[in-house]
Amino acid sequence: MSRSLNRLALGLLVLMVALLVQLTRLQVLRADELNAMPGNQRTLLIEYSRERGPILVDRAPIAESIETDDTLKYLRRYPDGAPYASATGFYSLVFGATGLEKAENAVLSGEDPRLFVDRMQQLIAGRQTQGGAVTTTLDAAAQQAAWQGIRGKTGSVVAIEPATGRILAQVQSPSFDPNKLSSHDSKAINEYYDALDADPDKPLLNRPIAKTNPPGSTFKVVTAAAALESGRFTPDSVLPGPATYTLPGTNVELPNWTGTECGPDGRVTLAEALAISCNTAFAWLGNELGADALRDQAEKFGFEEAFETPQKVATSRFPEDPDEAQTAMAAIGQFDVRATTLQMAMVVAAVGNGGVTMRPGIVEQTSAPDLSPLETFEPSQFADALTPEHAAELTEMMVGVVSNGTGSSARIPGVAVAGKTGTAQTSDDRPSIAWFVAFAPAVNPEVAVAVAVEDAGTNEVSGNQLAGPIARDVMEAVLGG
Amino acid sequence: MSAPVVLGAPAAAAATRQPTRRNAELGLLVLVWLVGSLGMLLASEGAAAEVVPQVWTVIGAAGAILLGMHIAVRILAPYADPIMLPTAAALNLLGIAMIARLDIAAALRAAANDKEPPAFDAIDQVLWLGVGVLAAVVVLVVVRDHRNLRRYTYLWGLLGLVLLLLPMVPGLGLTIRGANLWIQVGPFTFQPAELAKVVLTIFFASYLVQTRESLALVRHRVLGLGVPRGRDLGPILVVWAIALLIMAAQTDLGTAVMIFGLFVGMLYVATGRRSWIVLGVLLTVLGGLLAYSLFGHVQVRVKVWLDPFSFATDQGYQIVQAMYGFASGGIMGSGWGRGYPQLVPFAENDFIFAALGEELGLVGAFAVVVLFAILIQRALRTAQASRDPFGALLVTGYAIILGLQVFVVFGGVTKLIPHTGLTTPFMSAGGSSLLANWIILGLLLRVSDHVRRPDPVIVRPDDATTEVVARA
Repeated sequence: MSRSLNRLALGLLVLMVALLVQLTRLQVLRADELNAMPGNQRTLLIEYSRERGPILVDRAPIAESIETDDTLKYLRRYPDGAPYASATGFYSLVFGATGLEKAENAVLSGEDPRLFVDRMQQLIAGRQTQGGAVTTTLDAAAQQAAWQGIRGKTGSVVAIEPATGRILAQVQSPSFDPNKLSSHDSKAINEYYDALDADPDKPLLNRPIAKTNPPGSTFKVVTAAAALESGRFTPDSVLPGPATYTLPGTNVELPNWTGTECGPDGRVTLAEALAISCNTAFAWLGNELGADALRDQAEKFGFEEAFETPQKVATSRFPEDPDEAQTAMAAIGQFDVRATTLQMAMVVAAVGNGGVTMRPGIVEQTSAPDLSPLETFEPSQFADALTPEHAAELTEMMVGVVSNGTGSSARIPGVAVAGKTGTAQTSDDRPSIAWFVAFAPAVNPEVAVAVAVEDAGTNEVSGNQLAGPIARDVMEAVLGG
Repeated sequence: MSAPVVLGAPAAAAATRQPTRRNAELGLLVLVWLVGSLGMLLASEGAAAEVVPQVWTVIGAAGAILLGMHIAVRILAPYADPIMLPTAAALNLLGIAMIARLDIAAALRAAANDKEPPAFDAIDQVLWLGVGVLAAVVVLVVVRDHRNLRRYTYLWGLLGLVLLLLPMVPGLGLTIRGANLWIQVGPFTFQPAELAKVVLTIFFASYLVQTRESLALVRHRVLGLGVPRGRDLGPILVVWAIALLIMAAQTDLGTAVMIFGLFVGMLYVATGRRSWIVLGVLLTVLGGLLAYSLFGHVQVRVKVWLDPFSFATDQGYQIVQAMYGFASGGIMGSGWGRGYPQLVPFAENDFIFAALGEELGLVGAFAVVVLFAILIQRALRTAQASRDPFGALLVTGYAIILGLQVFVVFGGVTKLIPHTGLTTPFMSAGGSSLLANWIILGLLLRVSDHVRRPDPVIVRPDDATTEVVARA
C-alpha cells in the first residue's frame, strides 16, 4: 500500500501544481490582457477609486478629483471649465480621456513607473493610491485674455514664449464644459456628447492644435524668410507688384486685395510688400525662390512635423509637388498650405527668437503625490530657421506691418509689436479665416501669438479687425504680468 | 492486519516516547487566529473605512470556538497530528474573513440604495464553524477507536446512498440555481451530498479492506498491466452508474466526479493495481462523453469553458468576472477590502477563491492552495504511518476528497477545467459543507492520534525479553 500511496500523493500534487500554473497564467502572464478587455468594469472602478492627480496652472487646479459617496469614489472636476478645455480635455466614463487627461494619464493616475515607489509606500501604509500632479506652462492672464477675445466667435488662439517654446495660452471656441463629460451619470454624458457632436461648429474639435487651416497672408512671413535666407533678397530689394499677377501656365489673374498696384509704377520693396500684404509681389517671389526653397523654410519652422506637447498636434503641410501656378498661390498661404494655429505661433516665435524654432510644450512639471518633481520642462531647439541677422531684418519688417501697415489693431503703446495679418479662403462659398500672428516686444520678445477667427469676413481688413485686437490683448496680458 | 511490533529494551521504549505536540498546535492556532482576525479588520477598514461591530463578534466567537476545539483535542486525542487543526482553522478563518468582507460590500450597496442591510452571513458562518467543531468533538468522543466503524460496513453504504439520492425525493428536494442538491426540512436547507462523501468514504474503506485481496487478483496481463477478473468489475461499475445517475437527476457534475474519483483512488491504493486507474479513467471519459451528448447543461458548461468571453453577459458572466478579478489582483492583490470581489455573483460560495485571488493576489491564492496541500499531505502521511489498513484507507479517502474537491472547484473558478458547482472545503459559505468537513477533520485527528500514540509497554521484571501488546 505504501507504493500506491506515494503515487497517489504524486498524483494529487500534480493537480495542485496545475492549479498554481493556471493561477500564474491568470494573475501574471495574461493579467494585462484581461485588465484591458473591453467590458471589464473593474479596471474602470479601480481607476476611479484612486485620487487622480490635479492639472495646475501656477498653483491653481484646472482639473482636480473630489471624493464622492457613490460607487465611483472620485469625481473629476474642472473649476474653470470651458476656457481650459483645449488643454485639459475631459476624463469620461463613456468616452475615455482626451487632452492632457489622456497625454499625461500615467502620471495623473499614478501608474507611471516612476511612481512605483510611491505606490508601494501607499499600499504598505494602507492608503488609497494617489496620482501625481501635472503643472502646465499656461499663463492664467494670457489664457483669460484669449478666452475673452475668442468666445462667441469660432476660432482659436495660441500664445508661446518664443525663447523656450512654452505654450502660454491655448484656447478653442466654441468650447465645451468638461465637467459635463466627466460626471458619473452616463446618460447625461451621452446626451451632452451627442449635442456637442451634432453642433456644426464642432465644439469638441481641439482647434488650436488639431485643426489645420490655410494660413493665408500670414504665410508671407515664411516666404519672406525664405527670400532673406536665399541671399538674393534684402528688405530693400525691389519686387514687381502689379495690380494682378497672371498665374504661370494659366489665364487666371491673381489680384491684390486692394485691387490696385502695390507701389508707384507697380514696384515695391520686400519690406513694403509685407507691410501692405502685396499678393502679386509675393506670388512672383514664390516662383523666383521655387517650391523647394519654400518647403525647406516651412519645415524649419515646424511644418511636416508631428509635434507632441505632449498633446498630439496635427501636422502642418506644404504641398508636395506644386506647379508654378500652385507655387505662387502657396507663397501667399493658399492652395494646399495648411497650418495649425500653434504652427503659425511657432513661425513668428522663431522669428522673434533670433531665428531659432523651439519645440512647443505645455507641461511645466510633472510631480509625485508628495510634490517632488518627476520631470521639468527643458527648452529644446527644433531647428535654425533663420540666421540672427535675417531674423532681425524680418522682425523689423513685421514691426512695419503693425506700425504703418495692415496690422494697426495690434499696436501697444510704448511697445514695439511685430505682426502680420492674413485672410484665407477655405473655399469659394465659405467665409474666410481671419488671421493675426505677432510677437512683442520686437527685441527679446516675451510672447508670440497666433489668432485664427473662422467664418470671418471676406477681405484682408478682417484679420486686422477681428483677430488683431485679440492678439494684442493676449500680448498685453503677458507683458503686463 | 496489524502485526505486533517488537521493541527493544525498556530503556529504548522510554527514549522513543512520542511528544504530543499539543503546544505547537496551540501556538499555530493562535497565529492563525491572529492572521485571520487581522484580515477581517483590514477587510472592514478597507471596504467600509471603519471596523463594523459584527467583525468583533466574529473574531471573538471564532477564537473561543477554536480554543474549545484545541482543549477537546488535548483531552480526547492528545497524540493527534498538530498541523491538521491549525491548517483547517486557517482556511476557515480566511473564508469567514472574505464572507465578512462581502457582507460589508452588500451592506454598503444596500445603504447606497436606501434599502435594509442584508443579513451578515459571516455571523452565520461562525455559528456553523461552532456546529462543525462540535460535530468534530462528538466524533472524537464517540469514535474512540476508528476501527469500530468497520462494524457497520453496509449500513454506511446504505446511508451514503440514501443521502446521495435524498434530493430526488419529491417534496423534499429543492432546486437552487439549476442544481437540485438541496433538501428542505422546515426552515433549514441542507446539502446531503456533503455528508454522503463522509459516510461513503467509511463504507469504501471498510469494503475495500475486506475485498482488496480478491480485487487485486489478476487473470490476464495486457501491455504489462494486470487485468482484473470480470466478476470483480461489479463494484466499480455500480459506483460509476450511481455517479451517472447523480449527474442526470441532480445536474450535479461535481459530486459525480468526486464520488467516482474517490472510489477509483481508494481502489488503487487498496490493491496497488494500476489497471484500476486505467479503467477509472476510461469510464470517466465514457461517462463524460455520455453526459455531454445527453445533457444540455453539460454542453453549456463546456461551451462556456472553451470561450467564456462569447458568453460574457449571460452564462459566462460569473467565470469572466472571476478571471477579471484574478487578473486585477495580480501578484500582490488589491489588499483586503480594496478590490471588487462583489462583482462576481455568489462570490461567497463557489467563487470565494476568486475573491481571495483578487484581494490577496497570486501570493494569497498560492497560500490557500498550499494550505490545502499541507492538509492533504498530513492525511497521506498519517495513512503511510498507519499500521491498520482500514485507518490508512479512510484517511487516504479523505485526502482524495480534499484534493479532488479543491481541484474541481479551483480549476473551475480559474477556467482550468469546465466549472462544476462544488463548495470549497472549509471556506465556502454554507453549513452542510462546513459540518461535513469538520467531521472529516475529527476523523483525521482520531486516526492520526491512533497512529502517533505510543504502544503500551508491558515490562515483566522477571523476564529478559520485553513483550509488546497491541492496544485494544
